[in-house]
Amino acid sequence: MRRRGALWFWVFVGPFAFGLALFTYVPLLWSVGLSFFDAHNTVTPTHFTGLDNYAAMLRDAAFRDSLKTFLLFTAFIVPVTYGFSLALALMVNRVRWARAFFRSVFFLPAACSYVVAALIWKMSLFNGVRFGLANTVLGWFGGDPVAWLSTTDPPWYWLVIVTVRLWLQAGFYMILFLAGLQRIDPALYEAAAVDGARPGWTVLRHITLPQLRGTSVAVLLLLVVNAFQAFDEFYNLLSDARGYPPYARPPLVYLYYTALGQGQNLGLGSAGAVILALVIAAVTVAQARWLRLGRTDGDG
Amino acid sequence: MDDALVRAGRALRLALLTALALLFLIPFYLLVRNGLADERDITSPEWTFFPADVRWGNVQELFQDPSVPFARSLLNSALIAVATTLGTLLLASLAGYGLARIPYRHAGKVFYGILGTLLVPAAVTFVPSFVLVSSLGWISTLRGLIVPTLFSAFACFVFRQYFLGFPRELEDAAQVDGLGYWRTYWRVVVPNSRPVFAAVGTIVFLGAWNSFLWPLVIGQDQSAWTVQVALSSFTTAQVVRLHELFLAAAVSILPLLLVFLCFQRWIVAGVERSGID
Repeated sequence: MRRRGALWFWVFVGPFAFGLALFTYVPLLWSVGLSFFDAHNTVTPTHFTGLDNYAAMLRDAAFRDSLKTFLLFTAFIVPVTYGFSLALALMVNRVRWARAFFRSVFFLPAACSYVVAALIWKMSLFNGVRFGLANTVLGWFGGDPVAWLSTTDPPWYWLVIVTVRLWLQAGFYMILFLAGLQRIDPALYEAAAVDGARPGWTVLRHITLPQLRGTSVAVLLLLVVNAFQAFDEFYNLLSDARGYPPYARPPLVYLYYTALGQGQNLGLGSAGAVILALVIAAVTVAQARWLRLGRTDGDG
Repeated sequence: MDDALVRAGRALRLALLTALALLFLIPFYLLVRNGLADERDITSPEWTFFPADVRWGNVQELFQDPSVPFARSLLNSALIAVATTLGTLLLASLAGYGLARIPYRHAGKVFYGILGTLLVPAAVTFVPSFVLVSSLGWISTLRGLIVPTLFSAFACFVFRQYFLGFPRELEDAAQVDGLGYWRTYWRVVVPNSRPVFAAVGTIVFLGAWNSFLWPLVIGQDQSAWTVQVALSSFTTAQVVRLHELFLAAAVSILPLLLVFLCFQRWIVAGVERSGID
């Protein structure tokens, strides 16, 4: 009986597990292997170079810069998206009129790709010419036109990059928060009202937020994981026929050009991917620690 | 006085939400406006909210432009998104059911091996995956674009969580009737689980249609471009016909808006069931 169980288990799980191993574990190990070789234009290199690729990557100011860009971007986009989508959910949850309409409108951008959104932002909203929409609005208030994507001091391009992601993602996280809000027992609010707590800040702080803790942890983890993957909007907003500007280059964009660009330097690219994986693992562990620590006060 | 405050608060909230909703809709409006405008209206020195005339002829122009394989890229995207969705649903649901219901000594280890891959961001594996796919000779093929994306640990996890909560009585009745795991799964479990299939399918379809980095890396040949890669090649080119670009983008989101409006509540249900929280 047990042997029949094992057989059927592998009939069901085997194809999936085999594919996952082939397309995730094998590439990972292969990549670690390649990172110790001089692998220009080839996936079967012969020249072993030890830790040279790692040393070269860590010495490379552009790569270190890309790690800084990624940390800055994460530190910025995560709290902003968290706060904005939570505020949206709280408002949509309490509005009585046309709730389904508002929910749909804020969720609709989730159907757009980063490519499409970047196109609208780059070519129409923030196109940097006087008649662009953002500059037209600035003009109404007497402001001078801004070349949004090529102004590095002050770094206006961050405004463009952050608003694209906010527009695309806020609705999805709003839905997560709405689901969390629906699960809160109304009796808790009634009890608070009996105790004389006025609706508003007090109730939000002492009932709603603690009750949303589980959702919050999930949202924060997803936000950080998604920030790691940032590639699409940077690539589509900032690069043009001449290539990519030297600023605001997240690690993935950097690795894309290193490994698959002119040089096809797969050894160097693999070393960069391994370093990036280690940085991400460190950030994830630190975040998990921090979220668990935050769980001690008032679990409702 | 309290009542007045509450009412003022409600009105303020509604006003704020309406303003935000308009802001959120502006990009959609710009897509359509620019797509159906004359080139001169887009680049006119004065911003106009409503272009002078609507040019439906742009649609024909887009599909007949010989320099852009737009129709081909739409077809590629459709093939990839449908194949990825069906394949993912089949593989991940079988695996999720096996993990949830079939007793096996090492099931726990297998599950953690699968779950562990969720901790490896796809971002980190794109260089090595490219290496693997290129050594298989799958660059610029539909195979290369589809097969490696079929094994979604996320989808498998959602199905496992869902099947753990599936009412056992139904399966027990099937077992008494002498159906094995295989027939129980197809005749009893799948027909009773349509919502979760719809939810995961919608999410996978959206992701497959919108994905960019993998098609960019693997679909190097124009004949293997997806619609996202085609659009991106427009935006990074030196000479761009703006109205064509915007129209192409508007066309590219149409199928998704349809899927989206039909299945919105499944997405919400899927999100709620995904083991988040």
